[in-house]
Amino acid sequence: MEGIEAKELTLAYNGTPVIEQLSATIRPGEITALVGPNGCGKSTLLKGLARLLRPRGGTVLLDGHAIHDLPTRELARQLGILPQTPTAPEGLTVYELVAQGRFPHQGLFHQWSAEDEIKTREAITATHLIPFADRPLDTLSGGQRQRAWIALTLAQDTSILLLDEPTTYLDIGHQLEVMELIERLNRERQMTIVLVLHDLNQAARFGRRMIVLKDGAIMADGAPWDVMTREMLAAVFRVQADVIPDPVSGVPICLPYRTLEGSQPSENAAANFLRD
Amino acid sequence: MTTPTDPFPRPGWITLRSRRPAVSFRLDRRAMTIIPLLLVALLLALIISTSQGEYDIPMLDVMRAAVGLETGNPNHALVVRDFRLPRILVALLIGAALGVSGGIIQGVTRNDLADPGLLGVNAGAGVLVVGYLTLVAAPDTTLLPWLALAGGLGAAAIIYGLTRRGGSSPVRLILLGVGLASLGAALINYFITRLEVDSAQRAFVWLTGSVYGSTWADVRLLLVWAGLLIPAAMLMSRQLNAMALGDAAAVGLGVRVEPYRAVLLAAAAGLAAITVTAAGTIAFVGLVAPHLARRLVGPAHEALLPAAALTGSLLLVVADLAARTVIAPTELPIGVTTALIGAPFFAWLLYKRGK
Repeated sequence: MEGIEAKELTLAYNGTPVIEQLSATIRPGEITALVGPNGCGKSTLLKGLARLLRPRGGTVLLDGHAIHDLPTRELARQLGILPQTPTAPEGLTVYELVAQGRFPHQGLFHQWSAEDEIKTREAITATHLIPFADRPLDTLSGGQRQRAWIALTLAQDTSILLLDEPTTYLDIGHQLEVMELIERLNRERQMTIVLVLHDLNQAARFGRRMIVLKDGAIMADGAPWDVMTREMLAAVFRVQADVIPDPVSGVPICLPYRTLEGSQPSENAAANFLRD
Repeated sequence: MTTPTDPFPRPGWITLRSRRPAVSFRLDRRAMTIIPLLLVALLLALIISTSQGEYDIPMLDVMRAAVGLETGNPNHALVVRDFRLPRILVALLIGAALGVSGGIIQGVTRNDLADPGLLGVNAGAGVLVVGYLTLVAAPDTTLLPWLALAGGLGAAAIIYGLTRRGGSSPVRLILLGVGLASLGAALINYFITRLEVDSAQRAFVWLTGSVYGSTWADVRLLLVWAGLLIPAAMLMSRQLNAMALGDAAAVGLGVRVEPYRAVLLAAAAGLAAITVTAAGTIAFVGLVAPHLARRLVGPAHEALLPAAALTGSLLLVVADLAARTVIAPTELPIGVTTALIGAPFFAWLLYKRGK
């Protein structure tokens, strides 16, 4: 099982650096949640780890090899990606979509091996999509669709999975469904999972480890109870909040009360804070 | 593996597998019924079209004359083989080339309203050809096809070069393509205002697209290029399918998106440029044919590209027949009849998407 290591990684969009000299190690077999305010570079970091962005400086190592030097097809057999907004052609069925996950294992003369079929079926079964296998993707609910995309990455049969905000735009029921699936994949298949999440409570509940970013730098990194503190929430997110244990699972929950001075929304918030 | 109680659906393909050597192939189910049907329809259209004209030739005699048998009328061989067949085959090959070109571009841009014009091929070819007619005192018309080819490929290269800066995103390609096309149109209009009436008319016919006076040499030229580029594009169907999921997802699946996009766009530009060389700029086929094909066989490019080739061929053979017969004995440029069919379809498409 391999981990991913970012070494002094610098990532930029059109010359503007978003992440500078960042080093972090993703440990194998863990769920790591990347969190941080909007524009902090968490999605950018994920793209860097996924070789979607070529580093301006530094490297990303997978099992000791620089991922940008590995043939992309070979890498695709070890590392799967679920982008934030993938698209599917109109009319594509769940089965056909998931089958495309086999791409890195196929070739002109290996278009549909017995293994391709087995892995595709396994992925559809694991995501509970058998009843929908024949349905066009555009007729499914948001949660089912997201599960179908995860099934595609499962069919890819990789040990690492990177997901960019897999729960955004879903209602809480569907969010939970997706997060439980991700947790199960980690538990049953020992998959290494890195995900970008907006919801801190979700990150604390499902992540073994949280990495907090702000302005392209790591502000906190560790187990949820060590990371999710009042001080961190104030310093990184500019919110006044309490952190309490979840009555059922015992993981930290953040209860945000109000924004702190210097934050975006309004000056009133700062004034209220002062009055308090 | 497949049992009567198998909960999984039959996939959209038939699998051919062998253990030794360990190879496996997929045959698209829908394509296996639709493509033979399209081939039959195309053959029928070919025969009917060849039989129609200044005077009608019975279809049986068309087939006899085409394969070199006696029909009892010595004119038949001449009319069928020297006059009608070359232009009809040119129309057929142009349709196939434009259909595949459009299929590639719609796949690469993930936009089913994209067409080969986005690559600037028509604009580039038009500017060079009309510019040449305008600026040179005694233009040599045998140069026109080569100017068209150079202009078409040159414009496509410029667009791709501009798109590449900062990653060749499909959206940039579309915006640049639309921009360059209108720049080209403006230049062409300017040139035409300066042309003599006769030359202006010739330029207009060329710009509308015409297969009038096509020869076997044109057929051979198209056959060679289409015969190379269409199969080459079809070999990249799997990559096109992956790219349809978005660039990030395609990279995640192990597709080298940039080089494949470059090669696919080059193939699309080459196909479009060669049609412009043979018959001028024919609009709408590259847009409409892949659409019809998608309706018939679905989004998988293994099936979509050949189906787009055949629907494009069928459309142009029918458009050519209409061009020759609607207001006979006068002939319309084929670009007019394709637009007459294509424009309402385009409007209908937009209307349906809007709903």
